[in-house]
Amino acid sequence: MDEDATVRVCNFTFPRIQVQSRVNASRMCTSLISSRTHMPRGGAIFEVSRIRDAKIAEKAGACAIVLSQSICFCNSRMIDPSLIAKFKAAVSIPIIARVRVGHVVEAEILQAVGVDFIDESEILGTADKENHINKGDFTCPFICGSTNLGEALERIKEGAAMIRTQGIESICGDIAKTVRNVRSVMEDIRLLHNMSEGECLEFSGKIGVPSDLAAQTGRMGRLPVVHFAAGGIVTPADAAFMMRLGCDGVFVGPEMFDCPDPYKRARGIVEAVNRYDDPNAVAVAVAVAMSGLN
Amino acid sequence: MAIVGVLALQGSFNEHIAALRRLGVKGVEIRKPEQLRNVTSLIIPGGESTTMAKLAESYNLFPALREFVKMGRPVWGTCAGLILLSNNAVGQKSGGQGLIGGLNCTVHRNLFGSQLQSFEAELLVPEIASSEGGPETFCGVFIRAPAILEVGKEVQVLADYPAPSNGLLEENVEEERRVIVAVRQGNILATAFHPELTADTRWHSYFLKMADDTGEEALSSPVAIPVDISCVQQPRNDLPIYR
Repeated sequence: MDEDATVRVCNFTFPRIQVQSRVNASRMCTSLISSRTHMPRGGAIFEVSRIRDAKIAEKAGACAIVLSQSICFCNSRMIDPSLIAKFKAAVSIPIIARVRVGHVVEAEILQAVGVDFIDESEILGTADKENHINKGDFTCPFICGSTNLGEALERIKEGAAMIRTQGIESICGDIAKTVRNVRSVMEDIRLLHNMSEGECLEFSGKIGVPSDLAAQTGRMGRLPVVHFAAGGIVTPADAAFMMRLGCDGVFVGPEMFDCPDPYKRARGIVEAVNRYDDPNAVAVAVAVAMSGLN
Repeated sequence: MAIVGVLALQGSFNEHIAALRRLGVKGVEIRKPEQLRNVTSLIIPGGESTTMAKLAESYNLFPALREFVKMGRPVWGTCAGLILLSNNAVGQKSGGQGLIGGLNCTVHRNLFGSQLQSFEAELLVPEIASSEGGPETFCGVFIRAPAILEVGKEVQVLADYPAPSNGLLEENVEEERRVIVAVRQGNILATAFHPELTADTRWHSYFLKMADDTGEEALSSPVAIPVDISCVQQPRNDLPIYR
């Protein structure tokens, strides 16, 4: 680090982090912010806490990585921003970092440091129990978690550009809650898709979602933003299952790296996400992943 | 109905298929080498080029893709697709990545920077305007975009843009330095931006004209096209395009 606290990476000098009291974002066109999240579509995003795991994920075909830090004994917080430059130097794929729900300043810091996506993560923690971040004030696209359609549309109304339907973060690979939540979202979308305008209005009131978003969701037959699944997904078969349920991609937990050859395991998951509708291809992907466990 | 292959390894393949559908053309997802035999033109979408390269390697797609390009079949690469089609790529991940090649140019990955530096810009596109009509400009969506630093003599430049002054170009960037963001080399079309994320379909219709020009001789005998049920259900995959 230089004397003026800049970090030199690849001839590009990162300015000393200026934490502004208010985000000075000209309201960026929704189209561009939402467009950016089309790029991870059809891919697998891996959670990593070490540079070497980030490199493994990239080599295996990850479409992005989400950074985590060792959990301290009390509440988890945003990752140390100075680590982000190290990950950016190590990999060329998009980098996602988490902030606590409602923590505007953590989000401002991450945007200033230059992450590719910010995940407003209820898994990380909650700073504001009443309010999520007003994501429309930011130029960086946000990912938000939800467990049902109502929550998803609320987050989208706030400006989320991508939804993460969340199950349990379980090192045992328990996807039951994830499957339940994804199915719940898809079932409600199917209901909306088959409703008349009036029925849709009533339904949206009943589940407490903005009626315009409910109508758009019903018309399209899908969430109006990219939709990934997360929670306990560590095998190719689980990843393929989420894709079959209608998701656009998956988040993979860090426990995936706890095996002799995590590259093979990661590769199997990436292949399964792509070839989810071909059982023979998924079988091959499972074999690749299993060979990494031995 | 014309049929265009869209490489469906990752990224914005659904968006390209939706744009083609708006023009009355069927887009077929390509995931296996043998599927390339059923199409006479190919779009390689935006997304993560490293992910696509990895999957192409796993599925042994590179030889078939290179052959497809060598045979003179029309191919269009957007963003990640441009990187894959380039003969030479810089700014890559350590160890590099597989490339299809064929386009005589040097492309720099993520030249404009990370997500925060993603932008939209009005590009002057006289060739597209004269071929497809419409305004002289096109709104280019640049997402962690690459850019072409230099091209061979046979490459036609279709659009360029001021070089970013972010220090990623190693030499001192002169004030007037521009980088190239759209090119055509014979049967190969490449754009650093994402026309599939806008409602303006002129690049797609321009590419379809390229496909029509070469398509008649391409298939020597009728080929049974496998029925792709997902095409019928396609609207469920379409995300909204705002512009």
